[in-house]
Amino acid sequence: MKQQNMLTHGVILGTFCLGFALLLAVTDRVTAQDIAARAIEDRQNSLSQVIPDSIHDNNPVTDSVAMKDGQGNEITVYRATKEGKVTGVAYEIFGSGYAGKMKLMLGVDAEGKVLGVRVLAHKETPGLGDKIEVKKGDWILRFAGLSIGNPPVEKWKVKKDGGQFDQFAGATITPRGVVRAIREGLEFFAANKAQMMDISAPKEPIKGEH
Amino acid sequence: MATEYKTIVRDGLWENNGVLAMLLGLCPTMAMTTSATNGLGMGLATAVVMAASSLLVSAFRSRITQEVRIPVYILIVAAMVTLVDLCMNAWMHELYKVLGLFIALIVSNCLPLARLEAFAAKEPVLPSFMDGLFMGIGFTIALTSIGAVREITGAGTLFADASLLLGPAFKFMEMKLMSPDKGVLMMILPPGGFLVAGLLVVCKRILDVRAGKAIQMGGAHSAA
Repeated sequence: MKQQNMLTHGVILGTFCLGFALLLAVTDRVTAQDIAARAIEDRQNSLSQVIPDSIHDNNPVTDSVAMKDGQGNEITVYRATKEGKVTGVAYEIFGSGYAGKMKLMLGVDAEGKVLGVRVLAHKETPGLGDKIEVKKGDWILRFAGLSIGNPPVEKWKVKKDGGQFDQFAGATITPRGVVRAIREGLEFFAANKAQMMDISAPKEPIKGEH
Repeated sequence: MATEYKTIVRDGLWENNGVLAMLLGLCPTMAMTTSATNGLGMGLATAVVMAASSLLVSAFRSRITQEVRIPVYILIVAAMVTLVDLCMNAWMHELYKVLGLFIALIVSNCLPLARLEAFAAKEPVLPSFMDGLFMGIGFTIALTSIGAVREITGAGTLFADASLLLGPAFKFMEMKLMSPDKGVLMMILPPGGFLVAGLLVVCKRILDVRAGKAIQMGGAHSAA
């Protein structure tokens, strides 16, 4: 009797699991395409902020190569091309902030000048560190047009560390992390320029998820 | 019949409000009430999950045996959450970007589970659905109020980015009440959540006392 009871419970639980698994599988199938499309749109939005439309006639989202950055992370380098030449690249860079890792998107033109930087994700203190977001302040815009050499590499620091970039009131660690991430991002560009500018480099298959 | 529904609505919205009376589901309450808009979004997502899972549990209540009921409840809530998660990611993407991380946490919210066990497991389908829905709406009201207080005192805005959540037509809801530099930063940080939630619980009790009601002790036992 006890044995049979156990079996019944098992069958009930199993049936529910099967039924809901089926329901979820169907939902997944229905939404998968839209979700992938949204992910590409997100990518497109963040890329269009760091690569101006005027310098490319391709779609950078679908034109990317896989590379390894300075710390050995696999990163995706998105390329802007015009008339068969690579005119700029954009890739994610990482900095360490006050409350963990910050993820940024850096756009660099063919000469190694910053096209633009935007913060993609961070956990900095609201009201203090979050002024790095373009929504909360124009601090992040000041990097456009700069490169290693302009200012010289030893000036790529916040003022408190003897560099030339303002920190903000009440927050030094956040801008320090951002400045450092950008400097390292530019150094990565300098070290891998040949590969990034190579128009014939094998393209990465388009990824929906990231 | 009508009075029964009236009780369900009153219980869900006020008397037995998930957050302000029973103090359940405080994890998403603290995490998601940094602004009124976030609170509203999280509350609505929870309400959908609660209504759907109450309905399902009630519909299957004669088949779910006592011994396996808890895993089945969790299965149902988890399935509904995943459903909402996928649909929001696909079709309400802006909101999903704000709430995404917390949608999955609805599973761990004890409020849906408490209502399934206390109500949906015993009652017919329609009242269960109503109970889930109005408990969810009560949760939404609580979260939105906490979010509103925190947002006004902390950032000086009200319903910022509401148009991202509800569509461009709701742009009028977005208000700027004072410069963000005047805000009290702490209110947006975690301690502010506890302070405001506590104060609102006190406000509810004061109102109840004024209305001459006996104070019910909050907590899970009054829910059961």
